[in-house]
Amino acid sequence: MAGRSGVKPLEGERFAELPVRIAALAAVDPGDVLPRPLARRLDRSAQFALIAAREAWADAGYTAPAGEDSGLAPERLGTVIASGIGGVTTLLDQYDVLKEKGVRRVSPHTVPMLMPNGPSANVGLEVNARAGVHTPVSACASGAEAIGYAVEMIRTGRADVVVAGGTEAAIHPLPIAAFANMMAMSKNNESPTTASRPYDTGRDGFVLGEGAGVVILESEEHAKARGARIYCEALGQGLSADSHHIAQPEPSGRGIAAALQHLLDSTDLKPSEIVHLNAHATSTPQGDVAEIKALRKVLGEDLDHVAVSATKSMTGHLLGGAGGIETVATVLALHHRLAPPTINVDELDPEVDADIVRGEPRPLPQGTIAAVNNSFGFGGHNVVLAFRSV
Amino acid sequence: MAFTQEQLVEGLAEIVNEIAGIPVEDVKLDKSFTDDLDVDSLSMVEVVVAAEERFDVKIPDEDVKNLKTVGDAVDYILKHQA
Repeated sequence: MAGRSGVKPLEGERFAELPVRIAALAAVDPGDVLPRPLARRLDRSAQFALIAAREAWADAGYTAPAGEDSGLAPERLGTVIASGIGGVTTLLDQYDVLKEKGVRRVSPHTVPMLMPNGPSANVGLEVNARAGVHTPVSACASGAEAIGYAVEMIRTGRADVVVAGGTEAAIHPLPIAAFANMMAMSKNNESPTTASRPYDTGRDGFVLGEGAGVVILESEEHAKARGARIYCEALGQGLSADSHHIAQPEPSGRGIAAALQHLLDSTDLKPSEIVHLNAHATSTPQGDVAEIKALRKVLGEDLDHVAVSATKSMTGHLLGGAGGIETVATVLALHHRLAPPTINVDELDPEVDADIVRGEPRPLPQGTIAAVNNSFGFGGHNVVLAFRSV
Repeated sequence: MAFTQEQLVEGLAEIVNEIAGIPVEDVKLDKSFTDDLDVDSLSMVEVVVAAEERFDVKIPDEDVKNLKTVGDAVDYILKHQA
């Protein structure tokens, strides 16, 4: 809400040769938050997820894992925590160990640390979830797909409570080199805090971020029965696939429009009640505009009353974690009735035909309001989530 | 050089502390790695590799399953050290 960028220069020799030397590094090292014996057997992405899940679990009013002490049956609790890439730093670090120190020194924890379902499984162990522990993988849409999957778990009666979100920790020279070579990343090394600039005419790609966002989803009945604080109602998801290109966004926004239409068709969300949208908007030249075109196509004039925020302007792009933290941002925007700002929009791209929340947060209307959170991923995955105030 | 029993217990205590977070004073000869010291089968591999380095000894995988207690490990290393 303060409109501050978390992007910093990447220090150290191992980043020195890269064309991109900036990222939104987490303000706190997750390895310093967790007890050392636990931290050393978790990939950084699982550390983020576990910390976020613990905070969410406590915030939801639970003081113990599922079982007799919490009054929640383990068989009615699930986790859906996604990651786009999984434990990539563990994999690469252990490959270095293999080359430099030999076979014997490769950690026996490597496989549980690098598997993409590791964060979900570790959170499941923490809260004693037995209804199911899942990990959708759809690149940068993964976190949002996890939230949608969790809603379905509750809706179909598989669980009463689901710990859901996304996590990522991929700030390592190899992923950065790979993304940079795809020409997907901002090379604005001189000015880290203004490098992520969705909708600005000077945008030149995304800035990598890291971290996790986790929420507790609960059936209305269950939440009310235990007197839980309810932030909002999760209405559901809209899904589609571009089937256009493995990594390029489809320029007309056809797939995004289909996902939004699916959301409107499959939930009771009305375009007239949408007042806020947390856009995917990664600060790439093509993607930001395609998303807005799709919104206009489906919502028409109803887009005019939607305050659109691109929080990646501050957090960078958390890849599979994005849908997690942006769900948290969307839900809290509804709860506090305040839309977060989009920073660094010095000159709005004339093709961006929408009401962007620029510079400062913006109050949202009273009464029943709804918000949408968009996430799209390499592979052509489109996930649109909707929430309504309570 | 050969290590004494006391040095081995002290060294293993430091290793177990590093890996499982158990206070060094709780690591005693009669303690079971799994039941008392929070060392699961994966962490046991780490303990063994760290012990091999520290005490200059080889502990083949097939012998690891016999090392139930700290005392078992100490005896094994005393017997096999160079």
